[in-house]
Amino acid sequence: MINDRSMETHRDDLGSTLGMWLFLLSEILLFGGLFLLYAIYRFNYSQSFHLAAESLNRPIGALNTVILLTSSLTMALSLYALKQKQSLRSLCFLLSTILLGLLFLFNKYWEWASKFEHGVYPNATRLLERERGEVLFYGLYYSMTGLHALHVLVGIGLLTAMVYFIRKGKVHHERYLPLENSGLYWHLVDIIWVFLFPLFYLIT
Amino acid sequence: MPSFYEENGRFRGFWAWIFSTDHKRIGLLYLLSILSFYAIGVLLGFLIRLELIAPGPTIMRPQTYNALFTLHGVIMIFLFVIPGIPAIFGNFFLPIQIGARDVAFPKLNLLSWWIYMGGAALAILSLFTGGGPIDTGWTFYVPYSLRTPVNVPLAVLGVFVLGFSSILTGINMVTTTHQLRAPGMTWFRLPLFVWGIYATAWIQILVTPVVGITLLLTLMERLVGVGIFDPAKGGDPLLYQHLFWIYSHPAVYIMILPAMGIISEILPVFARRTIFGYKAIAFSSLAIAIVGSFVWGHHMFVSGQSDVASVVFSLLTFLVAVPSGVKVFNWVSTLYKGSIEVAPPLLFALTFIFLFAIGGLTGLFQGALATDVHLHDTYWVVGHFHYVIFGGTGFAIFGALHYWFPKMFGRMYHRKIPYIAWGLLFVGFNTLYFPMLLLGWQGMPRRYFDYLPQFHSLQFLSTIGSWILIGGLILMFGNLVHCLFKGEKAESNPWGGATLEWQIPSPPPRENFDEIPLVSKGPYEYR
Repeated sequence: MINDRSMETHRDDLGSTLGMWLFLLSEILLFGGLFLLYAIYRFNYSQSFHLAAESLNRPIGALNTVILLTSSLTMALSLYALKQKQSLRSLCFLLSTILLGLLFLFNKYWEWASKFEHGVYPNATRLLERERGEVLFYGLYYSMTGLHALHVLVGIGLLTAMVYFIRKGKVHHERYLPLENSGLYWHLVDIIWVFLFPLFYLIT
Repeated sequence: MPSFYEENGRFRGFWAWIFSTDHKRIGLLYLLSILSFYAIGVLLGFLIRLELIAPGPTIMRPQTYNALFTLHGVIMIFLFVIPGIPAIFGNFFLPIQIGARDVAFPKLNLLSWWIYMGGAALAILSLFTGGGPIDTGWTFYVPYSLRTPVNVPLAVLGVFVLGFSSILTGINMVTTTHQLRAPGMTWFRLPLFVWGIYATAWIQILVTPVVGITLLLTLMERLVGVGIFDPAKGGDPLLYQHLFWIYSHPAVYIMILPAMGIISEILPVFARRTIFGYKAIAFSSLAIAIVGSFVWGHHMFVSGQSDVASVVFSLLTFLVAVPSGVKVFNWVSTLYKGSIEVAPPLLFALTFIFLFAIGGLTGLFQGALATDVHLHDTYWVVGHFHYVIFGGTGFAIFGALHYWFPKMFGRMYHRKIPYIAWGLLFVGFNTLYFPMLLLGWQGMPRRYFDYLPQFHSLQFLSTIGSWILIGGLILMFGNLVHCLFKGEKAESNPWGGATLEWQIPSPPPRENFDEIPLVSKGPYEYR
């Protein structure tokens, strides 16, 4: 009797979705602490923030924004295709999402590296010679975009796992929730970038 | 029907425990690990008190003393009281009380325990690596934590990992309460313990990430020197305090809300009366959770924040006293004209009310702006929070252990010994902590290794109290451990409780309910 029941798989889609949203809420508050710090230092050192923001590479920031927004589109299309029983098409969209994520990280790496070459990185003597507000701007820039990049990396890991599960047939048109929840995570990472981009590159 | 002890699942022996996804086994895993850390915390507290028995160096050097009070704080806060009730009793009893077979995410639940152990392992590893045991106090305040040569990074990482475990437990509890209530188990038929855990779980989800990012930034500050909290680079240490207390003050409610839930369970059972003001108690839990999230600034009245902020935080602090008072009045009214049986669980619950009342009222002294200038960073504060955390949450855990022991282990403890143990605990507790209130009032600063001769007699008295208290703890836990193996078999409902956990066998079968129950009455209706 008991053994029979343990053979059944308990499934609660609404519960899984609720759990995922609660997790995303905690992610928002994790970044929330950083946004709070940004707001306060921006208020205290508005002139230096203005100067420092000028020196960031705006075209590449804009390009990265386009890349991430497109990846959210392909993510949504992948889920849609899976629900339509087109798992091959779903896989294609999923792989393009992963590629776009990698492209984003590559651009970010390039951007960081060129800053590093100019001696602009935490604790660098050439950075510490500048105004305190600029030191803080770059401190926040590296912390926030770094934490965000880490999330992109985790997202890529999640999506790669989804590729594996779809190919194995464990995630399919009737059991699409793992893909949907991974997608939710991906969209969150995307949305955080949508706030990071104007705060660091556009407001000068 | 075999109990959950007998059904192992896929693994055998030891592995059947550490890889079990059964919420009851995970609850017991937490019980064992958390109480082990508690024992270490008590030992450290004992050593601190022994050092303070006389002025000047007694048994250790100042640096050792700084490390010991830091470790005592870190262990007691992050490894014992914060996870204590939600992870042990919440895991074990919340699913049963709502008529579910397990939590919503059993694998995540097991992962939380592993992460908890991982965080604890990192914290322990930090003692023996790098610059050795941390000496910053459990709050890791910058800029000192950025400058001290001891192993801050690893300890901070350990606490960060523990926070992750706490968030996952919170997500599990909220989802379980929403999704897995048995048919007929409406929100207002939930036992009040469930309400307590539910409100706590929301705080865990919403504020733990804030301390997470604070600790991560401290870590980055130590490793690469980003400068966000470092005054030498333009950073503001006060912001660290803000972010730290945005979590750590609500964390006080993570400690006390589930404890209040336990008291609300125990009182009606032993007063043989339905609880007075069910909805008021349920909503006051939520009110405490919400208002309590906006009072963190009262830790910073003398840190240099603006006067306007201080006034607002002080006002909100006084507001939290209202829902807390609502609870106390409802509990006392529950006892009125009840048919009271002073069994060990009730004795601990009543002691909770008494000690929590002292802890709460002494808190109001610190919440007032003018008196706080005098009391801040003195022994008064130490006395106050031990009354709340130990006198409150600690005694609630003792009460919960005595209340649910027969259900968890299927055996009954020796019924006389808890009274003697209680006597020792009560006398020892007050002898230990009441002198601290007086010391603080007279101006003795906290965390000092040495003190002036005029404080000697009260410090001495306090140390004597620690010995009595530890005697009580040994007697109480000795009785429980002994009867775990040698106690009589317990009935399924020894106290006559009306909540669902008492309607199933002791100890419960693997999936709690053979058939999911249909609930047709409230949790405290005895007729």
